[in-house]
Amino acid sequence: MAENYRLEMVGISKSFPGVKALDKINLKVRPGTVHALMGENGAGKSTLMKCLFGIYKMDEGEVLIDGAKVSIANPDDALHKGLAMVHQELQPVPARSIAENMYLGRFPIYKIGPLKVIDHKTMNAEAEKWLKDVKMTFNPKAKLGTLSIGQMQSVEIAKAVSQNAKLVILDEPTSSLTDNEVEALFRIIRDLKSRGVSMIYISHKMAEIRQIADDITIMRDGTYVGSWEVADISDEEIVKQMVGRELGNVYPPKDDYRTEETVLKVSHLSSIHERSFQDCSFELKKGEILGFGGLVGAQRTELMEAIFGMRNISGGEVEVLGKKVEIKCPKDAIGDSVGMITEDRRGNGIFGCLSISDNTAIASYRNYTTAGVIQKKRVASVVKDSIAKLSIKTPNDRTQIQSLSGGNQQKVIIARWLASNPEILIMDEPTRGIDVGAKYEIYQIMIDLVKQGKSIIMISSEMPELIGMSNRIIVMCGGRITGEVEDSEATQEKIMAYATKFDINKTENNSKQEVKS
Amino acid sequence: MTAKKINMKDFLINNGIIVVLVLLAIFTAIKQPSFATPDNLKNIALNVAPRFIIACGVSGCLITRGTDLSAGRIVGLSACLAGTLLQKPGYSGKFFPNLPDFGIWWVFVVLLICILVACLFGLINGLVVSYLQVPAFIGTLGMQLIVYGACLVYTNATPIGGYRPAYTEVAKGRLFGFMPYLFLIALAVGLVIWFVYNKTPHGKYMYAIGGNEQAAEVSGVNTKKTKIIIYVTAAALYALGGFLVGAKSGGSSVNMGMGWELEAIAACTIGGVSVNGGIGKVSGVLIGVLVFEILKTCLQYLGVNTNYQYIAQGIVIVVAIALDIRKYIAKK
Repeated sequence: MAENYRLEMVGISKSFPGVKALDKINLKVRPGTVHALMGENGAGKSTLMKCLFGIYKMDEGEVLIDGAKVSIANPDDALHKGLAMVHQELQPVPARSIAENMYLGRFPIYKIGPLKVIDHKTMNAEAEKWLKDVKMTFNPKAKLGTLSIGQMQSVEIAKAVSQNAKLVILDEPTSSLTDNEVEALFRIIRDLKSRGVSMIYISHKMAEIRQIADDITIMRDGTYVGSWEVADISDEEIVKQMVGRELGNVYPPKDDYRTEETVLKVSHLSSIHERSFQDCSFELKKGEILGFGGLVGAQRTELMEAIFGMRNISGGEVEVLGKKVEIKCPKDAIGDSVGMITEDRRGNGIFGCLSISDNTAIASYRNYTTAGVIQKKRVASVVKDSIAKLSIKTPNDRTQIQSLSGGNQQKVIIARWLASNPEILIMDEPTRGIDVGAKYEIYQIMIDLVKQGKSIIMISSEMPELIGMSNRIIVMCGGRITGEVEDSEATQEKIMAYATKFDINKTENNSKQEVKS
Repeated sequence: MTAKKINMKDFLINNGIIVVLVLLAIFTAIKQPSFATPDNLKNIALNVAPRFIIACGVSGCLITRGTDLSAGRIVGLSACLAGTLLQKPGYSGKFFPNLPDFGIWWVFVVLLICILVACLFGLINGLVVSYLQVPAFIGTLGMQLIVYGACLVYTNATPIGGYRPAYTEVAKGRLFGFMPYLFLIALAVGLVIWFVYNKTPHGKYMYAIGGNEQAAEVSGVNTKKTKIIIYVTAAALYALGGFLVGAKSGGSSVNMGMGWELEAIAACTIGGVSVNGGIGKVSGVLIGVLVFEILKTCLQYLGVNTNYQYIAQGIVIVVAIALDIRKYIAKK
């Protein structure tokens, strides 16, 4: 195939301390095509794009644009070479006008003597022209914040086009769009395609890939799996290629400690946000490790945070230990014997500047208080026990938690919940960013807990972990529960099939909307 | 060898301001022998006492990443309130001419009234900061103006004097003839605050909120309630401080305590209360207040023009906070 390519990335490798994030990845995008880039969470798609834009320096490999070898120093440099990216999470300035957002950092300027003044007239006129170009008829002077997310995305694309981009990268562009907005986006994409602009389209949604993409490249665990023309590969084959890996022996031997008793019953729980979790029902048995699988954006975290009182619900019920409960804030949840290890350890897990002792005892001080005074000795002994039991590596219990490694920080947070001793423990990505040894120890702690009759819900985006640890796996997709598998029957293909079951949701959504109207 | 060097550098970053001020104090003592006399040191100690009480109040707000700009005005209001209610029976310019003489216990009742009034304002501060989620800087800035206005309305801007001996005795009196009450009260406040910060769940929650408010909430801390208690306690301490300052100066006006909130914040920061929250000790607050007071006295003794003193104080505040931020950055 002596074809010419718009972009060629050949043999890209990138290592982080301890991890090989990318291993000889190839990506070749033909001019005027949409190239889908697929892979599981953590397959390395974002890392590859960051290498392309010079945010990370690649260790090996080369990048060619229109056959010429280039080296890209930073995102600005990438822009000058014709590459633009529309981010998954847009970073606009909502309080400023559309035109200002499009021309931020490159305002057209005229000079009054030594003074540089922004040429608003030219800027607005140019912006309007480019917006029209992508069939958007907004007033460029309108505040960006007045647009919907989909419309903002279109503005981002118009911005990319206005910068003469030859290749636009769309990172999960439809993750927060309505069906109509997706249609509008696809129209823009087709139009750009017909004008010879190439696009890299990162998405998990099979149906969209079929609709819009010409070629597909699949990555798995930082390695290059292969490239196909979309017409030549079936959905099943794509799923298989995305997950096709062997389970390693990294999980402790697992027994079934489940009993008949239901400790948590969630019925028809719905978020106040329409695009978040809707109508979710499930039960958790005493002694069970219940896994929650799904792709990024499946709203698993949101569902669990709602159960824990961190998010608002519009409907549904939660029963804990056979009793209907109303959980309005985490304090209520803890009172009802529910604990939660959150996903964002830095954001809402650790107290960086406080000691290990304080970090461990914070959720249970009220249990160790007589007449309003903390029982120092009891707290000290609880903390000492947890450090020993969880083998937390630290000089002493007064060390600041921020000086520990990620794995040890996570163990301290587990210790926090062991100290408060809830019947139900929700663990959101409990082993993210933790080395293999510490992972194994955390798995062992989980098994010890269910052995003692506690129950665990574990959200995990790593499929082997889900299968290796859970007694039962519930899979979510687009805010809904789309499937449930017993661990004896669980395969990665099965989970992935449920996790990408977007079509069913759409029909359900539509039927719901019809009922409403 | 290098390790020692690095330690030296760390030491200077952590304690630079204090080192400079100790040197300044030594220099002053050499140039002006009257600086290091027992009388002057006692004087400094008596000036420190009410300021320490006020700084203790502000420290709670700072540790939770807030601030309280209404501190100085509440001090002023409390001083005026106490003044109007504790004038001599025969004094000609009495604010309440018909106020009867309730006896010695009335002094304590008035103190209680001052504290209750201040707590009301503190409660509003707490509610605004926690429930309305107005940034503390803005919320308490508004309160500063409100309290100042309230004080002007209440006193009609007239200075108040002619206090009962029982009231001025609170500041001037000594236990067993040598231990000033003022000093003992400040010591008691310091001990209570130290106890609350270190031995009670409330104290732990306060540090947790300052360390990571979201994590505190996830850990089941009632962050709103904790913050409200902090702002109410702070206001109560300002009221006590104002009551004592009024007694000490034997008269008051609406301008009493003007700008003290900034002094208190500066003192806390010099004493190691981090503006990034989560860090701060009562002993540090004491050191900060001492340092700041010694700075002022040194400048006076060295004959520095009052106008320049403000400039020097301003520089010390900025340098102290710059060094505090450096500590934080170094830890990352």
